[in-house]
Amino acid sequence: MPTPVVVSDVSKSFVMHLRGGIVIPVVEHVDFSLKAGACAVLGGPSGAGKSSILKMLYGNYGVERGQILIKHAGDYVDLASADPRTVLAVRRDTIGYVSQFLRVVPRVSALDVAAEPLVQRGADPQAARDRAAELFSRLNLPETLWDLPPATFSGGEQQRVNIARGFITDHPVLLLDEPTASLDAKNRQVVIDMISEKKAAHVALLGIFHDQDVRDEVADAVIDVTQFAAAKAA
Amino acid sequence: MTLETEIEDGLASYNFAYLDEQTKRMIRRAILKGIAIPGYQVPFASREMPMPYGWGTGGVQVTASIIGPDDTLKVIDQGADDTTNAVSIRAFFAKVADVETTTRTGEATIIQTRHRIPEEKLTEGQILVYQVPIPEPLRFLEPRETETRKMHALAEYGLMHVKLYEDIARNGHIATTYAYPVKVEGRYVMDPSPTPKFDNPKMHMSDALQLFGAGREKRIYAVPPHTNVVSLDFEDYPFEIQTFEEPCALCGAHGVYLDEVILDDRGGRMFVCSDTDFCEERRAEGHRGHLSGEAMEAAE
Amino acid sequence: MSDEPLLRVSGVSKFYGSRIGCQDVSFELWPGEVLAIVGESGSGKTTLLNCISTRLMPTAGTVSYRMRDGQFRDLYRMGEAERRFLMRTDWGFVHQNPADGLRMSVSAGANVGERLMAVGERHYGNIRETAADWLGRVEITEDRIDDQPRSFSGGMRQRLQIARNLVTGPRLVFMDEPTGGLDVSVQARLLDLLRGLVNDLGLAVVVVTHDLAVARLLSHRMMVMKDGKVVETGLTDRVLDDPRAPYTQLLVSSILQV
Repeated sequence: MPTPVVVSDVSKSFVMHLRGGIVIPVVEHVDFSLKAGACAVLGGPSGAGKSSILKMLYGNYGVERGQILIKHAGDYVDLASADPRTVLAVRRDTIGYVSQFLRVVPRVSALDVAAEPLVQRGADPQAARDRAAELFSRLNLPETLWDLPPATFSGGEQQRVNIARGFITDHPVLLLDEPTASLDAKNRQVVIDMISEKKAAHVALLGIFHDQDVRDEVADAVIDVTQFAAAKAA
Repeated sequence: MTLETEIEDGLASYNFAYLDEQTKRMIRRAILKGIAIPGYQVPFASREMPMPYGWGTGGVQVTASIIGPDDTLKVIDQGADDTTNAVSIRAFFAKVADVETTTRTGEATIIQTRHRIPEEKLTEGQILVYQVPIPEPLRFLEPRETETRKMHALAEYGLMHVKLYEDIARNGHIATTYAYPVKVEGRYVMDPSPTPKFDNPKMHMSDALQLFGAGREKRIYAVPPHTNVVSLDFEDYPFEIQTFEEPCALCGAHGVYLDEVILDDRGGRMFVCSDTDFCEERRAEGHRGHLSGEAMEAAE
Repeated sequence: MSDEPLLRVSGVSKFYGSRIGCQDVSFELWPGEVLAIVGESGSGKTTLLNCISTRLMPTAGTVSYRMRDGQFRDLYRMGEAERRFLMRTDWGFVHQNPADGLRMSVSAGANVGERLMAVGERHYGNIRETAADWLGRVEITEDRIDDQPRSFSGGMRQRLQIARNLVTGPRLVFMDEPTGGLDVSVQARLLDLLRGLVNDLGLAVVVVTHDLAVARLLSHRMMVMKDGKVVETGLTDRVLDDPRAPYTQLLVSSILQV
């Protein structure tokens, strides 16, 4: 089975210059790989560094040491050392991301927010909006909201916009940061189904799920983050 | 003590044509440079003249620098030979240069003008000297001299069309009727001084040399004979000159620039040639307008 | 995205006597890329912007630009005529104060049309039509086309300035605090408009701002400046979410939360 993501010997710590330069270690020697058509889940208590690992994989956090190899446009790219342009290209074509919180852009409608990743890849804007609308109705987002900017939406509504935005493309890698946290049971099931479809489409998924039921339902492998716990700085 | 008594007494005498020879040489150099670069404004060390700014100090300095004892001078103001400004300048040169003066366009070798070009076609060997108040056509759009000079240097004239655009946007047509900007020999955009745009076509390929002097602004520029002078316009709003519905009320001339003359306080008015010499010559030849008889009576 | 950058800045420094304006700045900008230069007042960001946009001669370093014929040209070795032509055709410059970038006593239509006339457009009807189209794109209604920007609000003036710059289809636009001095709601509208235009037209943009929210919304990449030097550079969300330089951390931690 192809492995579109290989993480090897990755370390991360934060240096807090505003607090006298203290070093807060996050994770060390992170090693794992993702397989196409499977969903891996990051496990461990909060504060263990699950979210940081996900963010490093998306290029959102810098990587101190190690490699994050991503299969992008036929080649492996080391995201840990890639320049910003490459990271943007990887995001556009290879790695999708469902974040926990929606970063709202003023005045942009929910439909356009969700359609944007497709439009950025050159899709016809109307076709992209149609696709976003399909996902919205599947996620039971009230149609009256579709043309409104999501700034005033509830947490659950915003999350569904986020999910649609992340699932709309056919990126070979998809990162999920607690996508079901604010959803009710019905919509959680919709997301579980959507994840299964991504797997069937040979997408490699990596997620953080606090919800035990969802995790049991979707996880093909659990990566225990506590094994990467950094030695506390002296 | 008047000028006349001074000269007669021999207490002081003026150099020929009032300006000293070094000044005239300096101005001639500026004129030559202007002729060499048609439409380009040449800075020069403008002198104080015995008349206020706005009365043609630039034109007078140009005339003084080119006039010789054999020249015949004509001076017009808005086309007329008999207004104060024209009469004074003519008298000035008659005195300080002892030259012949005339009101006949055809007889003059130098014609100094304020705001008109004579109706009669100028011929080779004649020189038309314009009095210019503000030589910079870009001035009202771009107040910085450093910037306008750069714009001329780089032939950046988009702004000139902005002005014409504004005209059309506001009035539905290009409403600029005088000081209408022209492009000289495909290069420099030039202000033809506040002549009516009616006169613009006369500048194009003229047989006469055209010199422009701005005394207060210290600039001289020139259009040599047989030079291309094109009025700026838009493809869909081409340059047009003023047209007059009726002929001159005194001489019956068509296709000339007319002045409106108020006859009474009951709305009576007539339109007559702005070029007084042209009008007089026509009347001498027997041409009559529809008001020529009455106008004579009214004047008496 | 093209394989070659549009702008190459290398080793640019500007000294005012012994005082540093900006020092040894190098970067490349690709077509369609938005670079934000952030820092507080006096950090040298505006000096840098002026140096790379030919408005201020740098003391050292080179700035080269890929012309439409594909050749890189050193901006400071070009003739002034060519440089100015480039600035009003292939480039745009959006000033913080719209009055610096507009002709305040000339109608909105002529403000937009000026660049067209400058490059030789001589058909009034076409100029007016293009101007009206661009006013529409920056959300100024067509009935304001003959009004002077004096009668416009701050936000409208800024939008007009943007239209005036974009009408010739430039490939590179410089912006100096484009949302500075505007009300928050007006800012949001302008940012959204800019975002859309930048995406639709594939513009490369260098935007100077002290507002990190503006940088986050508009830019792909960020350069943080302090005391004339670049202290951190990288992907915008990386710099903002995982700042590394002490000064960037201070900057990010100083953002007011709503």
